Formats: sequence, C-alpha cells, structure tokens
Amino acid sequence: MAVRDATLAVGRRPRLGARLLAHAALLPGSVVMLVPFLWMVSTSLKAPGQVFTDPPQWIPRPVVWQNYLEAVSIMPFGRFFLNSLIQSSSVTVLQLLTSSLAAFAFARLRFRGRDTLFLLYLATLMIPFPVTLIPNFIVIRFLGWVDTFRALILPPSFSPFSTFLLRQFFLTIPTDLDDAARIDGASSLDIWWRIALPLSTPALATLAIFTFMGQWNDFLWPLVVTNSLEMRTLPVGLSSFQSRYAIQWHLLMAGSTIALLPVLVLFVVGQRYFIQGITLTGMGGR
Amino acid sequence: MLEPYLFLGPNIAGFLTFTAFPVVAAFSLSLFRWDLLTPPVYVGAENFAELWRDAQFRRVVANTFWFTFGTVPARVVLSLLLAVALNQRIRGVVFYRTVYFLPVVSSLVAAALVWQWIFNDSFGLLNGTIRAVGNALGLRLNPPDWLNSTRWAMPAVMILNLWKNVGFTTVIYLAGLQAIPQELYEAAEVDGAGPLARFRHITLPMLSSTTFFVLVMSAIWAFQVFDEAFIMTRGGPAFATTTMVYYIYLNAFKWFRMGKAAAVAWVLFACIFAFTALQMRYQRRWVHYEADQEG
Repeated sequence: MAVRDATLAVGRRPRLGARLLAHAALLPGSVVMLVPFLWMVSTSLKAPGQVFTDPPQWIPRPVVWQNYLEAVSIMPFGRFFLNSLIQSSSVTVLQLLTSSLAAFAFARLRFRGRDTLFLLYLATLMIPFPVTLIPNFIVIRFLGWVDTFRALILPPSFSPFSTFLLRQFFLTIPTDLDDAARIDGASSLDIWWRIALPLSTPALATLAIFTFMGQWNDFLWPLVVTNSLEMRTLPVGLSSFQSRYAIQWHLLMAGSTIALLPVLVLFVVGQRYFIQGITLTGMGGR
Repeated sequence: MLEPYLFLGPNIAGFLTFTAFPVVAAFSLSLFRWDLLTPPVYVGAENFAELWRDAQFRRVVANTFWFTFGTVPARVVLSLLLAVALNQRIRGVVFYRTVYFLPVVSSLVAAALVWQWIFNDSFGLLNGTIRAVGNALGLRLNPPDWLNSTRWAMPAVMILNLWKNVGFTTVIYLAGLQAIPQELYEAAEVDGAGPLARFRHITLPMLSSTTFFVLVMSAIWAFQVFDEAFIMTRGGPAFATTTMVYYIYLNAFKWFRMGKAAAVAWVLFACIFAFTALQMRYQRRWVHYEADQEG
C-alpha cells in the first residue's frame, strides 16, 4: 500500500491527465448507457399525444401514471411476473441442488467411470443451445408438458456448466476437513451439507444470482414451450404485448419498465456478487 | 459402493433427458423430414443438400457472419478501453461501473423494445436528435429509417447487442487488469516509458489471455444471436436480419420442418466449432501465458 501511495505522489501530473482522459471516455459512454432507460421511463409516463413529437420531448407533461394501470389491465403482467418468479426460483433451487450433489461426487467421491462421465459433461458444454432446442421441444411435446411449469422448469434445471463450476470450486476445499469429519462419523451427505456447501457460499451465491437472472431474462425456450397467455413469462408476455399493441409506445414502455425493475433492484442489492460472479465464472446468463 | 450414484442420480437423469439424448436425437432428426403431424420420413443427407441449394439460407449465413464480424471486434476493443478507464482511481468509478453494467442485467426483450422505439424513423429518439442537431447547425441531416432498411436494420441490431453486452466483457477485462502486477508499471515508469508505451508493452501482452477468452466467447455468443432480431425487426425487412438461430426457429416452429431446422443447427455448430478451433490454433502467435496466470 505504501508503495502505491508513493507512486501516486510521484506520477501526479500524468495521473491528472489520465484521470481527465478516463472521465472524457466514460462520461459520454455512460450517457449512452443510461439514456435508453430514461427514455423508457419518460415515454411510459407520457400521454399518447405527447409520444409522437419531433423533436422528441423528454419531460412528460402531464405525468400519466395511468399508463401503468392500463398496461397491467390489458395484459396480465401480474401473472407473467408470477410465472417468471416461479420458473426462475425453481430452476435456481433445483440447479443448485442437483449440481452441487453431482459436483460433490465428481470432486470428492471415487467411483468407476468418474472421469469418463465428467469428460462427457464437459463435451456437452461445447454444444450450443440451438442444437438441443428442437429435440428438447419434441421430448416436452412427447411427455405432454407443453404449456406447463414442468416444461419451463425441468429442462434448464440440470446444468453441466454449474456442475463443472462447483466441482472446480469443491476441489479447492482441503480434503483434511473431510477426513476429520469422517473420523467423527460423518457421512458423505453430512460432508456435502456441513462442509462443502458452507465453504462455497460465494460460489453458490454467485451461481444462484446468475441462474436466476439468466432464467428471468430467458426468451427462446419459454417462447417455444408455452402458448397460452396464462403460462407466458415476462419476456414472452412482453413480446406478445408488442405484437398486439405495436405502436402504443407509452404502454409498451410501461410494460418494459415493469419487466426491468425487479432485476435492476436485485442488481443494485447484490452488485458485489454480480461482479465477482463474472470474474469467477467468465460466464453470464447463458 | 452405491453412494456416488445417489449423489449423481438426479443430475444424471436430467443430463441424459435434456442434454445427452437431445444431442443424439438432433443428429438423427437432421436425417429425417418431419412436420410433427405425419410420421417422419428418412431422407439421408437431403436436408443438408437442400440447405446447400437454399439461397435464403445462404443469406441467413451471410447475415450471421456479418453480425459476428461486425460486433465481436468492436466489442473486444470497446470493452478493453472501457476496462482501462474504469481501472483508474477516479471519482465516481463505482457509479460508472454500475452504469455500464446495467444493460447486462436487463431483460433483452425489454431493452430491444426500448431500442425499437429509439430507432423509430419519424418519432424515435435517435433520428429526432440527429435532425434536431442538424437543424441547430443549419444542416439538413437525413438519417436512415433504421429498422425498415435492408441496409441499416442489421447495424441497428448490432448497436443494441453492443449496448447490452459490452459491460459484461468489460468486467472480465477489469478482472484481467487487476491481476497485472503493479511493479511492472513502476519499473517501466522508472525506465521512462510513457503511458502509451506502457499500454502497448505491458497491458496488452499481459491481457492477451483475457483477450483470447473474450474473443472466443463473444464469437460463440454472436453466432447464436436471436432475441435482438426477433423483437426489433422480426428478422426483416426481407430477411435482412434473419440469423441462423432465427432460421432454426422459423423452420421448426413456423414452417414445421423439424429435420431441416436440426440440419441448420448442425451447420451452426460446425461454424462455431470451426471458428473456435481456428482461434485456438492461431492463439500461440499472440497470446502470452504467465506461469502464475491461468489461461
């Protein structure tokens, strides 16, 4: 720390230049990043007549909160929201549970064919989602699960990627802990629950947030396996809203705001884990 | 011992049903003609031959490559520069990081709706602003009708994609930057290296493994683009923004040509695989790995 402070002092002049340069690059960029959100909220509060103006007007006059009520009354956003919540949280719980169990077996237990099986898991990571999309749809259709929560929840709940990630994490936990616990008579299940999981809280939290976020925003799979309005998740519901009310921008933007708000709040609350998660996994919602 | 299989059981059951079996099924499916209603007919490689003759498919492949080559380099360069800027100890850096990451956590569908409105020809924010700025300068600027132009619709999709995802790769770069030992910069400074020289001779080489990762992953994702085009342009106008995944969707779920859709999926996989293998092969020429730095 002392060394760094010293260099800060030495390099003060170029540092100032660098700082100004950084601001000069970041400030316009952050305007570009924020403007769509502000424009969305602005449009969502406008009266229909004020939406179509050239040049664009930023301040809604009057502020029409009614748009939100109207959006919610013509489209069952509450239902979409509930569906998304049920889907995203079920997938997250199931995925964490099944992946951590399997990862524990891969990292800690000895059995025949372990490495071959693990290699098979790894190999499937290279296969892009669109390849398995159609067969999965056919499986779901064959099982008679189209337009059910089973179709929304089960296929994404078993992730080779999460298994791989957690296995790597479990490998970093010293085996001495396991041995000590076994001497005290602990079973493998105890060790998984009392040692492996608690010591992996950061990885689990990160994985949970990313899985949840990925599911919350997922579009193609829910689009394909649901067809009634009652089973649509928020992104798909929003898309149906779009096709029915194509140019009612004040309503569409109200709907978008409703869809965006929960994840943005979750992000601000759990920001630390988001950033950690990317550096930990190098992967996102996909 | 049965125990390991109890741990693995649930995951393996799901893995076999929803990953392993579909991969095998996708392969055999591509050899059949099937509309989901009548029994499937074995056609051998006919689906692939059909794709080979299909001018629409060639257009779709070209679109996908145009999107990939249009976004990936821009994304790599932008996120590298952003990360370098965000790595400075400046006022408001936490705010900046949050702002650049906001689009990443946003729902793509909602974001695409907003951008569709921004790109609106007559009343959209973008063209409205361009015209207003033009008027103020005494110019008559005539911005394109982005989403209804076969030429500009794809760039619009690219802009949305960059806006949405650049923050993600920026954070990967930030992690890479923070792993560079500070001493290297101090030593270079003592030797009289200016900021550009330090960037060129320390930052870039030390980040090359991160760049490789970002390049490979961004390309893999870019090849699979779908949501952006679906919401903003519905693949149009005149198939100008129909990508390979979009074509899979159309074939399978609009035209009920399951076999052909599966064949497209395999061509897509081949493209991704070839592209990744190519990058793996040429990485030795420019990627430096440190002993203490993981690839």
